[in-house]
Amino acid sequence: MSKIFKRPRSMKDVPTHYCPGCGHGLIHRLVCEVIDELGIREKTIAIAPVGCAVFAYDYWDFDTMEAPHGRTPAVATGVKRMLPDKFVFTYQGDGDLAAIGTAEIIHAGNRGEKISVIFVNNGVYGMTGGQMAPTTLLGQVTATSQFKRRADKEGYPIKILEMMSYLPGVVYLERTSIFSPKEIIKTKEAIRRSFQTQLDGKGFSMVEVISPCPTYWALSPIDAMKRIEKEVIKEYPLGVIKGN
Amino acid sequence: MKIKYLTTGNEACAEAAIRAGCRFYAGYPITPQNELIAYMSKRLEEIGGVFIQSESEIAAINMVLGASATGARAMTSSSSPGISLKQEGISYMAGCELPAVIVNVMRGGPGLGNISGAQSDYFQATKGGGHGDYRLIVLAPAAIQEMFDLTYEAFAIAEKYRNPVMIFADGIIGQMMEPLEFDKGIKPSGVTEKNWTMTGAKDRPPRCIKSLFMKEGALEKHNINLQEKYCRISKNETRFEEFETKDADVILVGYGTTSRILRSCVPLLREEGIKAGLIRPITLWPFPYNALSRYAKKNVKFITVEMNAGQMVEDIRLAVQDDTKVHFYGRMGGGIPTEEEIIKFIKKISI
Repeated sequence: MSKIFKRPRSMKDVPTHYCPGCGHGLIHRLVCEVIDELGIREKTIAIAPVGCAVFAYDYWDFDTMEAPHGRTPAVATGVKRMLPDKFVFTYQGDGDLAAIGTAEIIHAGNRGEKISVIFVNNGVYGMTGGQMAPTTLLGQVTATSQFKRRADKEGYPIKILEMMSYLPGVVYLERTSIFSPKEIIKTKEAIRRSFQTQLDGKGFSMVEVISPCPTYWALSPIDAMKRIEKEVIKEYPLGVIKGN
Repeated sequence: MKIKYLTTGNEACAEAAIRAGCRFYAGYPITPQNELIAYMSKRLEEIGGVFIQSESEIAAINMVLGASATGARAMTSSSSPGISLKQEGISYMAGCELPAVIVNVMRGGPGLGNISGAQSDYFQATKGGGHGDYRLIVLAPAAIQEMFDLTYEAFAIAEKYRNPVMIFADGIIGQMMEPLEFDKGIKPSGVTEKNWTMTGAKDRPPRCIKSLFMKEGALEKHNINLQEKYCRISKNETRFEEFETKDADVILVGYGTTSRILRSCVPLLREEGIKAGLIRPITLWPFPYNALSRYAKKNVKFITVEMNAGQMVEDIRLAVQDDTKVHFYGRMGGGIPTEEEIIKFIKKISI
């Protein structure tokens, strides 16, 4: 009997620590599938963020290192510039990338660093207990926006991809989600395009994946997926933001 | 064949880095170290290295962290306020055991301070700076030649111990010109085989560089290993220079710029009948406690002169273990102590 579904070679055979219904495990797997399919596991160097996905190095079977919170693209810059023939990607959450690391992501893009960025946006700080992120929707209750997020006090949900689309060094930007099998396939294809962009030596690329956090959205895993489809993607429209 | 020319401390430091095999530099403009970043931008381009003017000091140290993780010899430089910004990255590098050379060409503080030379970052460099139990190896050059020599060696020391090393200079050492001499064919020293670098998991298991240890007892074990390493460094790398100390009744203690002023004070004091000598710490961490403590039992006064409010004096008190014997004279905010005021101070306490 032939095996038609198996664990990717790039993924270690260990259980993850992620909460039930979390998107990270699924996105980790998509990353690993693409790395396997492109045959680049042995030349991959990943930079893990600070946040829920810091433990990515326990799950990925390729070279992975940590970076201080938000400094992930700066660390990736140092790695890629010294090893231009290797494949270097960062995997960052919305606190890491869109708050504390805003300067680093924008300037890595502006320099046109030949790195790929997987940006997992679930609209909260998961690791620290569900605090408000810059990407939190207006009206959303979190540990630090207990009276709902208000535009006049806490500002608006930040759209990093749209901001970065104006930078000439940025080659490819796409926003995807994982709320349905169809969207999961699209996400995998976006990751593949981002990785291929780097392999072709073209420049900076990023895929923003709208992902659920059932624990801190206080929803069941299924209802969290429904919320993405009904609410979140209205604020964060899916599709290619830059690049053909 | 020797190369000899007149140059600044900043440029001597940069050239030493190149000769030591530094192939990655990231930095951000700040006075009084701007000659260093400009020199690196030119020289690294010439030899096929990587130079990045980063968006911030924070990004610079983290680019160095990334380059170091690949096994490259990497450096960043800045001055006091910029070094404050780098502390997070320095702590991570110490935790991840990544080598690098960090140059602080100090200016007056606190805050934005001024752009005159100062030594007021001693606590920051030698007692921590960033969070957590870690140590930086801190080398304090007192001349342009030494700026070159210590920077050259710093890369080998950093690599040997997988630990960041700081070149602890001040604006005067950075900007002053003196003759510099080195072998034309000087090659990088202390280059090691590395089994920890990020190069892609080809024909070997994947590697991980991290400072996060969440399993029960794992972080304590990591810290014990670090402390054992710091003990080895203290044992092997402590450096100082002694001048006219054998018969001294008064031992002056200073590093960097102030040590030069103190050296000129020694013969002047001896002319006036005060038997003075000088101990110049070259490593500020590890601090040469033994160099001082062996004189502590004698009837010797220790006088430390610093361009700060009195920071190294705490280490001298620790070494001497008798506060009545330890005296401090300092100038702050970019003030430079003169021979005359130092001698006047010494005469006052010698009576």
